[in-house]
Amino acid sequence: MSATVPPSSDEPPAILLEHVNKWYGSIHVLRDVNLSVGRSERVVVCGPSGSGKSTMIRCINRLEAHQEGRIVVDGTELTDDLRSLDTIRREVGMVFQNFNLFPHLTILENCTLAPIWVRKMPKAEAEALAMDYLIRVRIPEQANKYPGQLSGGQQQRVAIARALCMRPKIMLFDEPTSALDPEMIKEVLDTMVGLAETGMTMVCVTHEMGFARQVADRVVFMDRGEIVESGTPAEMFGNPQTDRLKLFLSQILRGH
Amino acid sequence: MGSSTTAATAGATPARQRPSAARIGPAAWLRANLFGSWASSAATLVLLYLILRAGWSFIDWAVIRAIWQVPAGAHGPDTTICRQAQGIGACWAVVGEKYRFILFGFYPYAEQWRPALVVALFIALFIVSGVRRFWRRELALLWIATLVAIGVLMWGGVLGLSYVPQNQWGGLPITLILATFGLALAFPLAVAVALGRRATSLPAVRLLCVIYVELIRGVPLITLLFMASVMFPLFLPQGVDIDKLLRAQVAFILFAAAYLAEVVRGGLQALPKGQSEAADALGLSYWQKTRLIILPQALRLVIPPLVNTFIGFFKDTSLVLIIGIFDLMKSGTVAIAEPAWQGLSSEIYILLAVIYFAFCFSMSKYSRNLERTFGRARNR
Repeated sequence: MSATVPPSSDEPPAILLEHVNKWYGSIHVLRDVNLSVGRSERVVVCGPSGSGKSTMIRCINRLEAHQEGRIVVDGTELTDDLRSLDTIRREVGMVFQNFNLFPHLTILENCTLAPIWVRKMPKAEAEALAMDYLIRVRIPEQANKYPGQLSGGQQQRVAIARALCMRPKIMLFDEPTSALDPEMIKEVLDTMVGLAETGMTMVCVTHEMGFARQVADRVVFMDRGEIVESGTPAEMFGNPQTDRLKLFLSQILRGH
Repeated sequence: MGSSTTAATAGATPARQRPSAARIGPAAWLRANLFGSWASSAATLVLLYLILRAGWSFIDWAVIRAIWQVPAGAHGPDTTICRQAQGIGACWAVVGEKYRFILFGFYPYAEQWRPALVVALFIALFIVSGVRRFWRRELALLWIATLVAIGVLMWGGVLGLSYVPQNQWGGLPITLILATFGLALAFPLAVAVALGRRATSLPAVRLLCVIYVELIRGVPLITLLFMASVMFPLFLPQGVDIDKLLRAQVAFILFAAAYLAEVVRGGLQALPKGQSEAADALGLSYWQKTRLIILPQALRLVIPPLVNTFIGFFKDTSLVLIIGIFDLMKSGTVAIAEPAWQGLSSEIYILLAVIYFAFCFSMSKYSRNLERTFGRARNR
């Protein structure tokens, strides 16, 4: 994790989506999506539910397959080829709405599993690395507990640490605070802000507009499977161009 | 037994809501559960009467009027007193006279320490395999070593042991061989089939697994055993003969695997999709994911139905008596075919029931233990 490098034009983007289309049966869930995320760029994706934002982010590490268009991650194009998929998944970390920690493994084992099996790291080294990240998300004392013994906020912080243990170049967040009780949202967002400060490339699907204002370089608004508008947080929140974004912001802000 | 009474009468017990000192203790329990109302008291008394009567008759037959020994006659034991007592008192003498035959069948009498040692080896293997601390790769080697030792002991022909052909084997070792190796081999096959049935990206494998499960499940075990013993040899070139016990063993494995596969699939189905996605997102390969994330969780979920199926199949091994394999059940029935002991089936069947129960109940007890150990780690 190097210091913040501003995205430059001659460097290939960390993530590139070109004319991406996807259908679930006859439902068109992604419509000609184009998105380029530079290195160390922080992009927040927002939009009403069913707008395709989760589907898009899940296409980036191919938890979902797209049917048309091109997705290039860290210089590798996503195809059906398993080797390219392995390469990409090793470099892309993901945090889910429901944490998805492995309940039969301890917190420490959750964190060391992928480094040991995927990166072939010696166990002691993986444990040291895991403890390092658990300290960073401020729960090293829970290392030997099981996920079921932790609160939602703690579990989500472990999930972040688990993803970071693979030393990814890119982190994807799929509504990381949506399943949390209100009092636990802050601790998770704080962790994410801390991560953003390290220069990590981040794509984050969230409705936390405060978080977007604080860390996002760019906000992307999606509706009905397409990217409707994008810009800096100030532009998007201060001067929305489209009616759909205005409507969405009014609905979101009413809730706050 | 108590729970059904509890369920039936719990609704009609006002004592539950009234907090008082009388609520605790056996007397209170009796009042609440068995004598809660007029109807419940009457049912309790009637049932108690029936249970005591039946219990008394059994004790009278099995203990008080039982015959424990018979005098020796001119041609073997003289069983006249047993015949006279038939229907009045049990003749346990038959057990003392015949237990070696029941346990080991026609295995040469002088060599019966060998099957006895085999049974001991099996039980030791079960106990060692049951301890979680020993769950590592070496355990597989232990199983293979035990299998070899069992083969050597049963067949002989090496190490100075006399050769005993398979058609002289019988009794408990046969039952344990069929059940242990049957289930030990059926289980991995079942896991493979269950995974195959869910392999969406491999339609041919998937179809094959579906056909296998449906085909095997669709026919009775007896049919498969007959096929293995009668039909299968017809397809073999002349002169080639595969051991009858082995054929039955294979049929048994195939049958058990189809059922176990469905149990395992139930566990796979019950696992939230997020577990698989999280493993994918971390870059684990399919086999790493399956071995480290999916199976450990899925199998824990299905311990109760899994053990249920295991117990069922342990008892189903007795069906091999139909194709003339001499398992415990068969040797029990043959033991009383001799004119002197004819008609003493109750005593023999009680003995067989006790032996089967000992094994099945141990499995059941162990599985509950296992569930508790695994349940402690996760309380979601």
